[in-house]
Amino acid sequence: MKTTEFQRVMLSGMLIVASFALRRTAVSPVVADVSMLGAAMVAGIPIMRRAIGAIRYRIMGIDALVSLAVAGAVYLREYWEAAAVTFLFTLGNYLESRTLEKARASIKALLNMMPDVARVIRDGREMEILPEQVAMGDTVIVKPGERIPVDGTVIEGNAYVNQAAITGESIPVNKEMGDRVFSGTVIESGYLKITADRVGEDTTFARILQMVEEAQDKKAKTQKFLETFSRYYTPFITAFALLLFIFTRDLRLSLTMLVIACPGALVIATPISIVAGIGNGARHGVLIKGGEVMEKLGQIKVLAFDKTGTLTEAKPRVTGLKSFEMEEDELLMIAAIGESYSEHPLAKAIVSVAQEKLGPIRELAGASEIIPGQGLKVKVRGREYLIGNRKLMLENGVSIGQEQEKYIGQQEESGQTVVIVSDAERVLGVISLADTVRADAKQLIADLKQLDIRRIVMLTGDNRRIAEAIARQLGIDQCFAELLPEDKVRVLEEVSRQFGPAAMVGDGVNDAPALASADLGIAVGGAGTDVAMETADVVLMSNEINKLAYAIGLSRATVRNMKQNIFFAIIVAALLLAGVLAKKVFLSSGMFVHELSVLIVIINAVRLLAYRR
Amino acid sequence: MTTRNYQLENLTCPSCMAKIESALRRTKGVQSVEVLFNSSRARVTFDELVVSSDDIKRVIEGLGYKVLGER
Repeated sequence: MKTTEFQRVMLSGMLIVASFALRRTAVSPVVADVSMLGAAMVAGIPIMRRAIGAIRYRIMGIDALVSLAVAGAVYLREYWEAAAVTFLFTLGNYLESRTLEKARASIKALLNMMPDVARVIRDGREMEILPEQVAMGDTVIVKPGERIPVDGTVIEGNAYVNQAAITGESIPVNKEMGDRVFSGTVIESGYLKITADRVGEDTTFARILQMVEEAQDKKAKTQKFLETFSRYYTPFITAFALLLFIFTRDLRLSLTMLVIACPGALVIATPISIVAGIGNGARHGVLIKGGEVMEKLGQIKVLAFDKTGTLTEAKPRVTGLKSFEMEEDELLMIAAIGESYSEHPLAKAIVSVAQEKLGPIRELAGASEIIPGQGLKVKVRGREYLIGNRKLMLENGVSIGQEQEKYIGQQEESGQTVVIVSDAERVLGVISLADTVRADAKQLIADLKQLDIRRIVMLTGDNRRIAEAIARQLGIDQCFAELLPEDKVRVLEEVSRQFGPAAMVGDGVNDAPALASADLGIAVGGAGTDVAMETADVVLMSNEINKLAYAIGLSRATVRNMKQNIFFAIIVAALLLAGVLAKKVFLSSGMFVHELSVLIVIINAVRLLAYRR
Repeated sequence: MTTRNYQLENLTCPSCMAKIESALRRTKGVQSVEVLFNSSRARVTFDELVVSSDDIKRVIEGLGYKVLGER
């Protein structure tokens, strides 16, 4: 007969109550004993069945130990003890599985955000299919209240989209033609027609889910240690129980020893805190990749920020144009033609301002060479030009005149990035650009200092004076400027040697090596940038950089929770051991304390779900 | 060698993990086993010529844990 755990608990419990009631009546005590024995059987038989299953593989699990203890109790005619142990064990398991589900619920909730239907246009007709059946390039229609089933680009319509599934942020954002939308997000109002760019397992949301699922079982160091510990603890206590019996001939004492041989609370202490912590993070758009990362994140002493795209918007605007030789428009035109192949954000800003002022750029640049970290050499209208920073000029023997130097200095002092345009010998002009500092960056730095981060530094390939202007504005301790990507790795090592474990915070675009080499890599705005999502240990899905303070706080709360659990579990295990030896704890009370301690540990972890900042 | 994931019913006690892991490790043809506690999943790498996926399921179910799915 198939029964649920709940039914067995109920039936067993009722039989125990009945037995006590019967004992008070005139009926023969045998009837009461039978009822008690029945209670033990109802709860105990499944335990024994599992024990036998395990013994076939020569494994002594907790089921076997409990079965042995129960058999011993029956032999001693301690029917109440036998019933109590099996009842408590089954009840404990039942309650534990219910509370465990709570602790794991945030991750389950994410799974529920998986889209389940997609409306596509095929053969000119609208039809509903499963999201995984959508092909790349399909046109998908999404209406209010519906979940977007694919990652795609908006080709028609306008809508407010709740992106909580990805970013944890439930304030809807406006999406219109040309914008990217993510699978799993919900249209609150409006309507969108989108082209599917990524479908099924490849969507950002599916990958986040997969990473979260993997993260929840990546073990913390503490956990590995405790698992090894308990692997020895159980056989040790079992052997101890046997020795105890041989020397004292006290069967009752030895059986009780068996019941407490499994340090359940200790083993569950870490994984349960970790899953609750990771679940909390995932719900708020912060992906923390596993227990070990969780432990490390809380211990970070140095935070190194990439400047562009992390502390700033990475959307530089042209703020000034100075020509020393020719018409300003001509200078801008040359620069724009020269930069038109470059993907660099500064280049894009120059091209776009030129298009705005001078109309579409039709001329093509001749041979061009990009020099990373400096700029480029390019042939425009048959002449060779250099477009880039001071270093580029220096290395190519272009001299910067006194008046020009003064102008550049002034620009940089005020936080502008300058792009110098020169021919083979002389500087022809200077274009000034500025990047906007993120609105929430200043608050973040202040928050981080409150969190007792020892050192906050900024790493950038940009000019020293600009970097320093921004660092001052934000309250950053130290800034390292004019770095090449490989320099960032070296600087990171240096600061971490000096101040302690360092985390690199970047957008993953041009700082992937630094993210990978730091003690901990944190990617900002991870949704959509694959490299960042893969390499980083912690991913802030949205662009809201202030989530970083929350993530650090969460990891500390999680580690604290874990420590509370471990401490509590050790105390309980020690007290139980002492109690048994002092003959104060017997089968039923031993089991009661054991199960209660496991429950308390899980409930403590569930508290973490409420953490927020 | 093939690696498969078996979705189990909710694992509630970490000692179940140890049980499933050691039972599978002692199964011929199984190269490595990892039981994931929080996602209640067993990830098994095995030699298909020696042991079948059904055999592995049978071992897990023999221990008293339902296999809800595999992939």
